[in-house]
Amino acid sequence: MLAVIDYGSGNIRSVYKALVAVGCDDVCVTNNPDLIGKADKIVLPGVGAYAQCMNGLSKIEDLIGTMERRVLSSGVPFLGICVGMQLLASRGVEFEITQGLGWIEGEVTKLEPKSHELKIPHMGWNEAVPHNNDVFDRAWNGQAKDVYFVHSYAFRAANKADIAASCQYGADIFPAAIARENILGLQFHPEKSQKAGLQLLEAWLNTK
Amino acid sequence: MTLKVRIIPCLDVKNGRVVKGVQFENLIDAGDPVEQAKFYDSEGADEICFLDISASHEGRSTLYDIVSKTAEVCFMPLTVGGGVRSVEDFRALLLAGADKVAVNTAAVLDPDLITRAALQVGSQCVVVAIDARKVSQVPPKWEIYTHGGRNPTGIDAVEFAQTAAKNGAGELLITSMDKDGTKSGYDLELLRTISDLVDIPIIASGGVGTLDHLVEGVTIGKANAVLAASIFHYGTYSLEEARKALKDAGLEVRKGIGNE
Repeated sequence: MLAVIDYGSGNIRSVYKALVAVGCDDVCVTNNPDLIGKADKIVLPGVGAYAQCMNGLSKIEDLIGTMERRVLSSGVPFLGICVGMQLLASRGVEFEITQGLGWIEGEVTKLEPKSHELKIPHMGWNEAVPHNNDVFDRAWNGQAKDVYFVHSYAFRAANKADIAASCQYGADIFPAAIARENILGLQFHPEKSQKAGLQLLEAWLNTK
Repeated sequence: MTLKVRIIPCLDVKNGRVVKGVQFENLIDAGDPVEQAKFYDSEGADEICFLDISASHEGRSTLYDIVSKTAEVCFMPLTVGGGVRSVEDFRALLLAGADKVAVNTAAVLDPDLITRAALQVGSQCVVVAIDARKVSQVPPKWEIYTHGGRNPTGIDAVEFAQTAAKNGAGELLITSMDKDGTKSGYDLELLRTISDLVDIPIIASGGVGTLDHLVEGVTIGKANAVLAASIFHYGTYSLEEARKALKDAGLEVRKGIGNE
């Protein structure tokens, strides 16, 4: 069973529909730690502000503990999307400094395209360039593709080896994807990226 | 690698059907919104926008049904607007499957609604729609009209655009009431004036008749996205032709659509 974690954030229905569309027939949208503890894949979506999302997760008793047992100890495949990816970082500095899950070292800081013509949020289709990542290799043959981004902050990974794909907005080159072992985080929205996004979700689902 | 210009077909929906008005009057029924959305999805629209102009409760509940059905088959961003009055309306549309919600009259009457909605659902989900009519040539001034373009408000459109951005809007949808339905091009001066003053993305709307109009919206109006209804709706131009026109003008458009 695949668990999509529902902690009161954003348009979870789209993520659910996209997973079903690429062939996942056992998706459960839940915030119940007992169910999440039995999931063999976990998706953490996220729309909104960093602190609000982290608070939403923390408020549900034993949710973070359960996720850590499954993902960090048992090695269950994990996919974080948008803020769900940013939460993997050590901390975020949107509005206030908020401790993240701290699974992958790094900070979440504001995008700096350094041009007035480049608006914030970075909203729309931009190119994700993969760096030798298994899921991207299988999904896109390692090619770069245009995908849909909506964000004002980016995950500045402390270790370059954790960056699975990059994107550029003006002067700012930031991770479009973060990966380490069984953990994948996507800054863009695969569920809103038409074919390119569905290909990635399908490749991730087929991770052995 | 750079952010691509978004091409957004817009569907005006009334009581569950797609209509397109000329200056918001003389509506012509022209189809089923879910089918239209699927078609635009297959053609590689970068986003889709539904604007609901139903006044009735029945029309409203039909809208939720349409949004939900569209979200099941279209894996692309969907903006829905029309009749949004409260944070609860934002949440209800997002839960039905919208990715962004456009708010017009209610935000003009109560700009704090933008902040309350942004705090609740995130700025990126809050699109503030501004319908403006030019009221002075020198210096150029535009006035906001509400209630589907019927009521003048006395509110300056450019000042309100800045307020909306400050209050937490994620983007602005700027419609020229003078141009809407005329096929004579966007109000480029209005777009440029607002784009130069706000840091959030703006969507150009109202008046597209040719592909050059789309190009000008970006090159002169400095819009980040171009919205059009009738040219796509009546098949005057395809989305592929629109993408090619922008590309030929040296603008970046999305690649890898369909089987390209």
